[in-house]
Amino acid sequence: MTDQTINQQKPVQGEKRMFMTGNEVIAYAALAAGAEMMCGYPITPQNEIMHYWTRLAPKYERRFLQTEDELSAGFSTLGGVLAGRRAFTATAGPGNVLMQEPLSMAEMMRIPIVLIVQQRGGPSTATVIYSQQEVTLTCYGGNGEGARIVYSPSNHQELYDYTLKAFNTAWTYRFPTFILGDGYQAKMRESLTIYDPAVRGVQMVPTEPIIGGPGAPGTEREAVHLRNTFNTEEELYEIITAMMGEYDRIAPSIVEHEAIQTDDAEILILSHGVVSRATAAAVRELREAGIKVGSFRPITLRPFPVEALRNALKPVKKMLIVESAQGQLAKLCKEAIYGETTPIEYIFKPGVGVTAEEVVAKVKAMA
Amino acid sequence: MSECMEVTATTLLEPKMPRSWRRASKPHKFCPGCGHGDVLKALGTAIDDLGIQDRVVFGCDIGCSLLAWDFFECDTVQAHHGRTTPVITGIKRARPDRICIAYMGDGGGYAIGAQHLVNAATRNERITVILANNTNYAMTGGQMAPTTLPGQKTETCPYGRDIEAMGNPTLGPEMVAAITKENAYVARGTMANMRQLTTMLKKALQNQIDGRGFSFVEALASCPTNWRMNAKSTWDFVEKEMPNYFKVGELKVPAPKEG
Ligand SMILES: Cc1ncc(C[n+]2csc(CCOP(=O)(O)OP(=O)(O)O)c2C)c(N)n1
Ligand code: SF4
Repeated sequence: MTDQTINQQKPVQGEKRMFMTGNEVIAYAALAAGAEMMCGYPITPQNEIMHYWTRLAPKYERRFLQTEDELSAGFSTLGGVLAGRRAFTATAGPGNVLMQEPLSMAEMMRIPIVLIVQQRGGPSTATVIYSQQEVTLTCYGGNGEGARIVYSPSNHQELYDYTLKAFNTAWTYRFPTFILGDGYQAKMRESLTIYDPAVRGVQMVPTEPIIGGPGAPGTEREAVHLRNTFNTEEELYEIITAMMGEYDRIAPSIVEHEAIQTDDAEILILSHGVVSRATAAAVRELREAGIKVGSFRPITLRPFPVEALRNALKPVKKMLIVESAQGQLAKLCKEAIYGETTPIEYIFKPGVGVTAEEVVAKVKAMA
Repeated sequence: MSECMEVTATTLLEPKMPRSWRRASKPHKFCPGCGHGDVLKALGTAIDDLGIQDRVVFGCDIGCSLLAWDFFECDTVQAHHGRTTPVITGIKRARPDRICIAYMGDGGGYAIGAQHLVNAATRNERITVILANNTNYAMTGGQMAPTTLPGQKTETCPYGRDIEAMGNPTLGPEMVAAITKENAYVARGTMANMRQLTTMLKKALQNQIDGRGFSFVEALASCPTNWRMNAKSTWDFVEKEMPNYFKVGELKVPAPKEG
């Protein structure tokens, strides 16, 4: 960092209208959030997050480490968080599979890591640009109960807003927090307003060292001993029960959704992420044609907005679930509305995008 | 009973421990005769001698090393199998003023976490990696490890390690010495020579304190439980058999710091 001039100013000042790619948005949002460290391993379609971060970060004394793989990226990010840094990593597809190991440690040890996932096709290496097939993995990956928070933004403004928010959610509740984007959002250019969170009255939750903090261990304070291994089944049972109890208690203050014209909707379209743009457009068109249709979009996939969805379902006669996967969102929805008998139809397009026209045609056939 | 005898009894019951050891977690959890205890004694002494207890962040792996999760009166994190190196790397990069130690077994360092060891060494991370080589996967019940000696029997090579099929035992310090720069410290010590092992660990930590480079010490360590050996054969194996293959000594010593 010798020949770099350190800029003492905030990387994002005031408010600014910008036209940029989703990956660039995330790099700026992380900077504006005061993220201090990123570790990463190249994988399409998230590469440019690292590219922008490595260009911008040194100017503001932020750290970057390119690791040997995603295991190392995840675990060294955890090290950074343990040491008290607002730290994050980003990945996709097969990288997200490897990331589940560090993320399961984060769940168990309540380490507030932020992970950006830009979904690509799966399983395996598959395709490099777009999909919504990492929903199950991102919500429930790891050998545990899914003690994590997953935001699914649908446009660039939300990518910015929710990346800022993810750091605060993680550090407030101490559960690992994900931004689940996709390659379309990552690569596409779009207008948005970037802003210094302070000018919008958003306070960044302060971070603190979880390990290696001030004071001499043993004399001035207790030494910190963190573990993820336990001696007895009963001990683990107690820890998980308490953890999931806490998760359920905080869920109502975390869940978010967007409902469009659901008040009198007889047909309800469910989708998330970028696909919601197609469903929103479809709702506009179908309403013009006099069809009573609305759309519901979970913004948090985990925890899932169960109550809101059940409420939205009241006037509904039929549901349509639309996703770029073979039923991963559908599983979450069906679990949430267990006991309801509303008939459900589907548009499942694993690994490919969905257009408003397809949704319109399907709803017309259903109406 | 005379007062004098009582004093003797107390002295016998409380063996001298390094100051950095955490008394509340002693006696430690390793099997009787386990090498981990000795390696951590050498490490405790090194930490005491250098006066760095307040600044140490200790990381232990999965394997019998995890039993050290509350071993020191130092901030400690127990990581996943093989992943202690990246966790400690992250902590060091986030807080360069801490003295960060990754402690692991041969399975953790040379098999599942080999990529992390190689790359941390190549990047010359300013951390200290200490690896206990007991020629087997001890915690899981004595399977073959990268370091199992030719012909040595384990649960997964019950007829002895066949080097035709399974290759030669990993020479960790030799590998690390080959891929690191001059400012790295690399050595192989043994529990059979505690004074030398302590000196090596001190040098390895000093190298980090000086901010010069990666430090790596492998320590030959016993596992009487999985070797299924009595005290005498255990000691013979550590003292005579292991060093035949794993040469004890320093492989890379940075030139004395100028000024
Ligand atoms: C990903 C993963 N794979 C396998 C294991 C099971 N496991 C626990 S300890 C261990 C071997 C430990 O051997 P070593 O690293 O040599 O340490 P030692 O117990 O001999 O000290 C294994 C394979 C695990 N915990 N995690
Ligand atoms: S099994 Fe072996 S390595 Fe593990 S504690 Fe016992 S003697 Fe030590």
